[in-house]
Amino acid sequence: MLRKSLLTIAMLSSAFSMTAQAETTEVNIYSYRQPFLIEPLLKAFSEETGIKTNVVFAKKGLLERLEHEGANSPADILLTSDIGPLSDAVAKGLFAPFNSEIVNKNVPEQFRDPEGRWVGLTSRARLVYASKERVKEGEISSYADLADPKWRGKICTRSGKHTYNLSLIGSVIAHDGEEKAESWLRAVKDNLARKPQGNDRAQVKAIKEGVCDLALGNSYYFGKMLTNEKEPEQKEWAASVNLIFPDQEGRGAHMNISGAGIAKNAPHPEAAQKLIEFLTEQQAQQYYADANFEFPVRPGTPKSDLVKQYMGDFKGDTINLQRVAEQRAAAAKLVDKVGFDN
Amino acid sequence: MSSHSLQTGNTRGWLFSSWSAALLVALPVCSVFYLALFPEENIWQHLADTVLPVYIKTTLLLMAGVGALSILTGVSTAWLVTMCSFPGKRLFEWALLLPFAVPAYVIAYVYTDLLEYAGPVQGALRDLFGWQTAKDYWFPEIRSLPGAILMLSLVLYPYVYLMSRAAFLEQSMSLRDASRILGCSPWQSFVRISLPIARPSIAVGLSLVSMETINDFGTVDYFAVKSMSAGIYDTWLNMSNLGGAAQIATMMMIFVVILITLERAARARQKQFHTSDRYKAIDPYALHSWRAGLAILACGVPVLAGFIIPVGVLGVYATNHLDQLFNSDFLTHASHSFILSGSAALLCVLLAVLLTYAKRLNPNRISLVSAVRFSSLGYALPGAVLAIGVIIPLAAFDNRLDAFLREHWGISTGLLLSGTTFAVIFAYCVRFLAVSTGAVDSSLNKVTPTMDMASRSLGMTPGSTLLKVHFPLIKGGLLTALLVVFVDCMKELPATLILRPFNYDTLATYVYQFASDEQLEECSLAALLIVLVGIIPVILLSRSITGTRKGN
Repeated sequence: MLRKSLLTIAMLSSAFSMTAQAETTEVNIYSYRQPFLIEPLLKAFSEETGIKTNVVFAKKGLLERLEHEGANSPADILLTSDIGPLSDAVAKGLFAPFNSEIVNKNVPEQFRDPEGRWVGLTSRARLVYASKERVKEGEISSYADLADPKWRGKICTRSGKHTYNLSLIGSVIAHDGEEKAESWLRAVKDNLARKPQGNDRAQVKAIKEGVCDLALGNSYYFGKMLTNEKEPEQKEWAASVNLIFPDQEGRGAHMNISGAGIAKNAPHPEAAQKLIEFLTEQQAQQYYADANFEFPVRPGTPKSDLVKQYMGDFKGDTINLQRVAEQRAAAAKLVDKVGFDN
Repeated sequence: MSSHSLQTGNTRGWLFSSWSAALLVALPVCSVFYLALFPEENIWQHLADTVLPVYIKTTLLLMAGVGALSILTGVSTAWLVTMCSFPGKRLFEWALLLPFAVPAYVIAYVYTDLLEYAGPVQGALRDLFGWQTAKDYWFPEIRSLPGAILMLSLVLYPYVYLMSRAAFLEQSMSLRDASRILGCSPWQSFVRISLPIARPSIAVGLSLVSMETINDFGTVDYFAVKSMSAGIYDTWLNMSNLGGAAQIATMMMIFVVILITLERAARARQKQFHTSDRYKAIDPYALHSWRAGLAILACGVPVLAGFIIPVGVLGVYATNHLDQLFNSDFLTHASHSFILSGSAALLCVLLAVLLTYAKRLNPNRISLVSAVRFSSLGYALPGAVLAIGVIIPLAAFDNRLDAFLREHWGISTGLLLSGTTFAVIFAYCVRFLAVSTGAVDSSLNKVTPTMDMASRSLGMTPGSTLLKVHFPLIKGGLLTALLVVFVDCMKELPATLILRPFNYDTLATYVYQFASDEQLEECSLAALLIVLVGIIPVILLSRSITGTRKGN
């Protein structure tokens, strides 16, 4: 017990000393992005600016932590791997709008909140992965084609409730309206080869194994599989599929982002803005995108050879992501309604 | 003599402190109730119309399956190693606890790797029979409800094993001997005497298993099993509706309360106490030939499937990553795990003693008894939801204190408790208090009240009675509680992730970074370390539990 109380006293005193000095020498990050993707960037940032970075990583709950910590929250920045949490944070009023010329110059408007509350840092497309053996060239060219009864029992996907699929369905709602989206989703469900399960890579693996012929997956997984030295069988999975960028004649492939926002009560707002600006500059953009085979959001940033080779020039949907995010709740209800995951 | 006579003036302090402890621990649960009552947008109707029936049905099946398998495995093995003698019995005594150190999410990953289409098992079968694709043959799908039941049972049966073994160890030999003299076969004696006496402890084990099952997320998520726990996360994260998630969580807690109440009602009339402390050493049934073989098989299968195979697979993976030992902060992560789990385990046991003893001193205060029960509810909440429940009161306290001090003294304390290790330890206590209370309570209930009366009539205070009379008698129960909570904390993941300070990792969070991306190989070494660290106290304490039986 004595040790306990000593520990508490020690913690209290350190808490006091921590809050007593709010300088711009550090920046505190709540990250939904995996540490190995951002650590090298943060290191480079610290070397360049002398600003220390502190991180808490989790896959969920950080938004709520930020919300309830309120005025005294130590967090400066929320980093996310999807538009979902960003739009949730906006809805809860947790982000402070910022206006930075550097960011506005580096990031196209479709990847920024119109009111400057969040900004995209990398982008990715949600693609159709098609079996090289069993799907002929040109046999499928759009998201709408996935609803064609000829694919009955041939499609695999992860849970309809997964955030990537919610954004995709949300974009269908935003473009075509809820009614059309529902009949499309029902038809896709009827074509599923199995109950939605596993992650995006597991779907490509299922194509390799002959469980299905088509799957939905994010673009960067292709690069991650193709270069996987730790589990070489993933190279075979990737080798068994063609990448189809949907709707090249229409609105273009559905795009999503990983991004960031600055907390409303950030103790170090200047440092936070510096970090976000740093992440939109060419060098960081190139590294950040390459680290995960994503696309840089900054136009003119060189892409890695692998990305150029397999995901060269394609047409991406240019709808502002805020409009897609607004439909995510409706998309989730739709998934329940058609029993997509059952 | 009624139990009233135990209440004297100096039990007030016990009453007051137990009330405050119970309330403190109940705060996070109340926060979840609050979220459920005042959601930002009420989607209960939508849930009830669409997915809720599926969640409920799946959860019931999952609990029934895991409960049945755990009892079957746990009770039978506990009885074998306590009441019989066969080759390897000493080894199995502690080896049967080993699967307890393996986190459920790790075992799920390992078996999926082994048994899925691309894994070695199906690969060998395809080579053998010349099958080409998945459509040529039938193979049980590991990612399914039965698969999840199997995985969870493998790592949860030790709860039942621990509790029933402690109960069998405490049983009086004279009862068994009497039943045998009156013509019972060993089997009849087990069913009619040993089992009913051990039932309260088995029930405690079963309720722990049920609660672990109901709030498991890692396994059900990985296996795409739509349980209530999966539904909670789905509602919260994919529908951005924390209120709806809290509503399902509340329903889950009510579910658990009903379960426990039913169980208690069923044995309300049963009370047995040791009538003497003169223990005879256990005189085991000697098993020979095929009987011994069967006993070895019965004890061997759970150890093999729940520990040796998964740890073997991890070991093979880890050999490719031994370099990690030298270039990552392993020691730091491990020491974090140790300090957090150790402090939480000690605190949990202290709180459990305080609450159960106060209950014993005031058995007629329904309000106190209910408060103690209520304080155990944290265990029925999924970890991440509990974490939000912890954040709300801590942050509210921090912000109020900060505002107050600024106003009156011009000092800013900022966030005093939120985002510190205190928050993590507090969450562990809220989550695992049910575990320690269950173990301590079932030990304390076996001590006959006449002991208290004797001690108190000789002028001892309640406190010194506890220290000098009860403590030596319930040592086994205390050690069990300490061990179980420690290992549970080592494995705890969702709450740790959300509540931890900046730049702070435990072994579990480190494993999770990679495992969540289905890269088990990458973190096999850390996973192995969690298991190994978990084993040490398991073995040590298992030995001292065996030693708690006098006369052995």
